[in-house]
Amino acid sequence: MLGYYLRLAWLSLRRTPAITLLMIGAIALGIGATTTTLTVYHRMSTNPIARRNEVLRAVTLDSWSPDQPWDRDHPELPPSEVTYRDAVAIAAGAPAARIVPMRKTSLTAEPGGGRPPFLVIARLATRDFFPMFDVPFAYGTGWDARADRNAEPVVVLSKETNGKLFGGENSVGRVLKLDGREYRVVGVLADWQPTPKFYDLNNGAYDTPEDIFLPFGLGAALDLQPGGNVNCWKSEALAGVHDLFGSNCTWHQLWAELRTPAEVERFQAWIDGYVVEQKKLGRFPRKLNNRLYRPDEWLARHEVVGLDSRVLLLVSFAFLAVCVLNVVGLLLSRFLGAAGSCAIRRALGASRGEIFRQHLVEVGLVGALAGLGGLAIGALGLKALEQLYSSYDRLTQLDLTMTVAAIALAVLAGVLAGLYPAWRICRVQPASYLKTQ
Amino acid sequence: MLDMQHITKVYRTDLVETHALRDFNLAVAEGEFVAVTGPSGSGKTTFLNIAGLLESADGGHYRLDGDDVGALDDDARAGIRNQKIGFIFQGFNLIPDLDVFDNVDVPLRYRGFPARARRARIERSLELVGLAARMQHLPSQLSGGQQQRVAIARAIAGEPRFLLADEPTGNLDSLMARQIMDLLGEINRQGTTIILVTHDPELARRAHRNIHVMDGEVTDLKPFAARAGAAVA
Repeated sequence: MLGYYLRLAWLSLRRTPAITLLMIGAIALGIGATTTTLTVYHRMSTNPIARRNEVLRAVTLDSWSPDQPWDRDHPELPPSEVTYRDAVAIAAGAPAARIVPMRKTSLTAEPGGGRPPFLVIARLATRDFFPMFDVPFAYGTGWDARADRNAEPVVVLSKETNGKLFGGENSVGRVLKLDGREYRVVGVLADWQPTPKFYDLNNGAYDTPEDIFLPFGLGAALDLQPGGNVNCWKSEALAGVHDLFGSNCTWHQLWAELRTPAEVERFQAWIDGYVVEQKKLGRFPRKLNNRLYRPDEWLARHEVVGLDSRVLLLVSFAFLAVCVLNVVGLLLSRFLGAAGSCAIRRALGASRGEIFRQHLVEVGLVGALAGLGGLAIGALGLKALEQLYSSYDRLTQLDLTMTVAAIALAVLAGVLAGLYPAWRICRVQPASYLKTQ
Repeated sequence: MLDMQHITKVYRTDLVETHALRDFNLAVAEGEFVAVTGPSGSGKTTFLNIAGLLESADGGHYRLDGDDVGALDDDARAGIRNQKIGFIFQGFNLIPDLDVFDNVDVPLRYRGFPARARRARIERSLELVGLAARMQHLPSQLSGGQQQRVAIARAIAGEPRFLLADEPTGNLDSLMARQIMDLLGEINRQGTTIILVTHDPELARRAHRNIHVMDGEVTDLKPFAARAGAAVA
């Protein structure tokens, strides 16, 4: 009967095109607003490394000031980044399947061939960065252990950077000049857009991943400038970048891969022991507070979904509810206007359930059509957000999940709007309408 | 086939209580063609609505095909309407959005017939009423007589055993009315029991039996032949 009901629904909608358009428009507006906010919310709240959630840990150590906590609103939290020397020491000694110290920097790429140089954002990390975070490669691979050990001038390019520099072709083995030095390309990433950029939420949670990736050791070897936040609490003489490496400033991210609870426990014990040793040297003046965070906990700690986003989402749903309520009235008048036809169907043997289902299919169709309209409005809304806030460009992509969700939400909204009118119409007494037909 | 005993029906509003049927008794045998006559407001349509399970009685017993149908729930009544009863109304009651084919199709859909069986029944019944060539027409594109013939085709497509006609010629001219009555006569000859409500004695005379209703009660149950004979005598 579904096909029959759909045909009846289509005929019914065509009978009163103005009311039909009003209903579709009302729901589409609500869906458009909801799709816009829900898409941003969905993109913000997604854990892009959910598949590895159980084995990855962001490492934090409370190396902050004895006089004040790192975060006054959350005094129990240690800083979210670590110092260079702690990052290096832990990476060198802590028991873990993989440990990756990393930070952000920037260099000038010189493409040659008369093309002007341009700034590239780089991530300095050890080679485990790529397998640890499931980073896909289009060409080549990450660098080897020797390159890490010797801080060799090798580079991995993002897909976009490879397109910009080498026209998107396989550039493995080609040479790229960065800040006047030559680097050999060892790998080119495939499309990789983790949103939020979970591995470094302190430096633009919604930024695109870096343009290039370099061995971590190059940062110290070449005194590469920090490209992200540098947080210091102690009065230290910092004449230049070089001084930062021995300072108590936190500016590195540190991640570990720990595959079992026992490994987590062992790692936690190791870093606690490390901090106790450092305390003996006069560092870590606060009480022992080293924390490991799974990616989902890390995202929650950084409140990547802000309160304003949540409020906006609620407001958009409230708006959708208002739209649905308006449609209830339209549907009621429309259905009761066609009560005669229902009375005929009831007289000819349709049960109340059949009449109810027939009308639910009709409102479902209204919802589906409104969903398509809502998607168009939502796409416009997302485009407007993108224009208004450049940092939102990666949050405003309407993916398949959101497209399906928008249509499903619209159908649900239509059905919700139609429940009461359909219930009313299925209860008409045929005898009272047939005589007046 | 149809047996009503002591049926009562009262319509109530805040101010008025109207006794539409009071102690209404009637039995109709299988294959009969019964005309129900009476003045306006006498209870003819109420009787027809109760007989067709469109309304329920307030009191009394109603048996259809030997089954007590008075206490059935709404869905069960809809099922019996669909399987056993065909309706023909004064106002035709065709669904305006649907073409002739789809209008006749309505009761067959709820009966659950497969598509091929439905098509065969629709074509057969439309041929019987002489409208096989108008299947794709909308009701608004047909004359009153043609619309009523579509309604008859719809009523008989499911081969009901029981046809209820409420003033089926009320909106038609005399020629059309005669054609419709001829058609009903033919349907009855093929075995369908028909109850025809009319206030036109001329039409009622074409039935086997006339029931006269007055103030919600049956006042005369004589066959036409007997009454005609008495009048002559």
